[in-house]
Amino acid sequence: MDFNDSPDEAAFRAEARAWLAAHAPAHVLTPGDKITDTEEADRGRAWMRELYAGGWSGLTFPKALGGRGLSGAEAVIFAEEEGKYHLPKGPFTSIGTGMALPVIAKHGTDEQKARFIEATLKGDLTWCQLFSEPAAGSDLAALRTKAVRAEDGSDDWIVNGQKVWSSWAHLTDWGILVVRTDPTLPKHKGLTFFVVDMKTPGIETRPIRQISGASEFNETFLTDVRIPDANRIGAEGEGWACCMTVLMGERLGSGAHRSGVEPLLDFAAATPDGHGGTMLDDRAIRQQLAEALAEEQGERFFQARLRTMVSRGENPGALAGMVKLAYAGRYQKTNGLALELRGLAGIAPDPGDTATADVQYDYIYSTVMRIAGGADEVLRNQIAERVLGMPGEVRMDKDVPFEALKG
Amino acid sequence: MNFDLSDEQKMLGEQARSLLADMSSFDRLRTLIDSGAEWDEPLWRALADMGFLGAAIPEEHGGLGLGALDLGVIMEALGGANAAVPFMSSIILAAEAIGLAGSEAQKAAWLPKLASGQAVATFAYAEGPGPVFGCGATLTEGKLSGSKTPVADAGIADIAVVLVADGRFALVELDQPGVTRTKLESFDQLRPHYRLDFAGAAAEAMPGIGKLDRLIDQAAVQAAFEAAGASEACLTMARDYAMERQMFGRPLAGYQAIKHKLADVAVATELARSNAYYGGWAAESSPDDLPVAAAAARLSGIKCFELAARENLQVHGGIGYTFEANCHFYYRRERMLAVHLGNRGFWADRLLNAQPGSQAKAA
Repeated sequence: MDFNDSPDEAAFRAEARAWLAAHAPAHVLTPGDKITDTEEADRGRAWMRELYAGGWSGLTFPKALGGRGLSGAEAVIFAEEEGKYHLPKGPFTSIGTGMALPVIAKHGTDEQKARFIEATLKGDLTWCQLFSEPAAGSDLAALRTKAVRAEDGSDDWIVNGQKVWSSWAHLTDWGILVVRTDPTLPKHKGLTFFVVDMKTPGIETRPIRQISGASEFNETFLTDVRIPDANRIGAEGEGWACCMTVLMGERLGSGAHRSGVEPLLDFAAATPDGHGGTMLDDRAIRQQLAEALAEEQGERFFQARLRTMVSRGENPGALAGMVKLAYAGRYQKTNGLALELRGLAGIAPDPGDTATADVQYDYIYSTVMRIAGGADEVLRNQIAERVLGMPGEVRMDKDVPFEALKG
Repeated sequence: MNFDLSDEQKMLGEQARSLLADMSSFDRLRTLIDSGAEWDEPLWRALADMGFLGAAIPEEHGGLGLGALDLGVIMEALGGANAAVPFMSSIILAAEAIGLAGSEAQKAAWLPKLASGQAVATFAYAEGPGPVFGCGATLTEGKLSGSKTPVADAGIADIAVVLVADGRFALVELDQPGVTRTKLESFDQLRPHYRLDFAGAAAEAMPGIGKLDRLIDQAAVQAAFEAAGASEACLTMARDYAMERQMFGRPLAGYQAIKHKLADVAVATELARSNAYYGGWAAESSPDDLPVAAAAARLSGIKCFELAARENLQVHGGIGYTFEANCHFYYRRERMLAVHLGNRGFWADRLLNAQPGSQAKAA
């Protein structure tokens, strides 16, 4: 067991660090800066271009496809070093590199690879994800947006339906889209995968007013949207396999964050308890803080075990979901505790108390962590089935034509 | 970075599990309880023969000179088998205490015997209700006075390392007139506990001072390994039973109420194991990190085993309440492990107090 870099890893880290020191500061966002979504996305593209120019884009992507063909361990090292700067990264960059590119690389044609991969790696194309629907969330294969062949003799497809939770759909160039092309087949079998230019007529994005007050997610309405067959990824009916490729990328990318229990300790230690001591003297508070610290540390070292697996070329599979499940629940608990520690000031902070405002936002946003990228309940099923070998769920919809299902 | 056990450590764990599978079956545990046995002596002899008792004892004193992670994989296996042996008392606590605080003569006299299993030792720290590490016993001019209770494994121990005033350690042989051993009713029927009364018993002071923190931090890491192994065993037992048991026309394991429960046990177990690994690494390679690592490992170990022991019995339903089923071994052991070495409040305090800058914060 050794936390130190191997000589090769140390050399790679030094190289990354030197390059970042020279190029990252010009792109760093200043906390508290009020910039618009459009500016943030533009600055994200600029950082992508910088990464590409420096050879730091698509680190684990095969060389033949324009990436660097490095190991997962090297990608982790770069992410650690990059994470030391507050850079304009978000779904507008990660959906392209983490979801669109893996699916195009695995299921796309040579023409599609040539058209999309390099352009995405260098930030010329940004992406959104058009998967979830109002009646298809964790049960994604229940989606109803449909595509039929145009009747004008072209190979084009005509798409109608509604997608939801499409992050940054209003500001990204292309979308990855899964639709139903054959309702006479059972639900997983009648799906087909496309990429779609978000400027195509008939696509309308409407921001969702979220409980946080922000609106980074959208509803996306598709009305008679014409998609050329050349933008179909994989074969007709292969949409579910494409989705699995995308979602594996999402899972492996999750759970790497830290939610910071330490600031809570500082806060408790600096807040008088009215009896001559501080909140940190309260036994009940101490117990909760200590449990949160222990869990946070466990997540960090479990993640370290998974990274070790990745660096050996092993796939952690559903084990990655265990970190995400633990992290999301603790993130909510920790931010709830952070509000509670503030007492009434947590509910109505004084003007200028940005720290409390951040905690309020994080507590609201923690609900997303438990739902997106594998809801708690879905992850528990996966852990039970794939790690513990327990039976799969009883499926009422299996082998039933989609059009015959209720709902 | 390589955050995994070495191949040698994995092999050591495999050897330990294999030995325990052969010698420490649940039927064997039932036999031990029914016969009122103090311990599984044949198993102890076998552990000695395999070199496990001396794994972390220096080579110059008859051990193998291995480290905390090696000890950890053995503890994980012992926890998994719910073994009826004084490994925590004799090896993790007493032998380590002698190693940390003993004189050269004391080490030379006792460590080889503890490594070979020729002698058994225990660590006497509690003094009834109150602080878990009691320092009311006194050692004056070689005479030990006071009481320690409860003390694990004192019925079979040849010597005890006794925590006395000022947090110092005294070494006392238990088979002498000044020592009274009173057997207590032990909640864990496979871990006997005693009350020890010392009336001017002949004892030696250990020269090392201020070693208690280090000793219990090391032991907390090992307790986390033990808890992770025990949780894993509960998880496997519950899973296997649920797979076999039919309910309403299908396996019990197919119900989400059961799947989700066991998924939560699996997550808690992996977090505890990860913290135990970190604790083992810190004990071996980074002592400054040990206080935080040990307290976090201890807390997550308590948490996972509590969940695992309770839900294992719950998944079994009524059969889990019978002596013939095996859930009760862990259900009882869990409470014992949750309070020995200090309970979760004690370790929560230690974790917060060990945070960088916590002294400054308190001031």
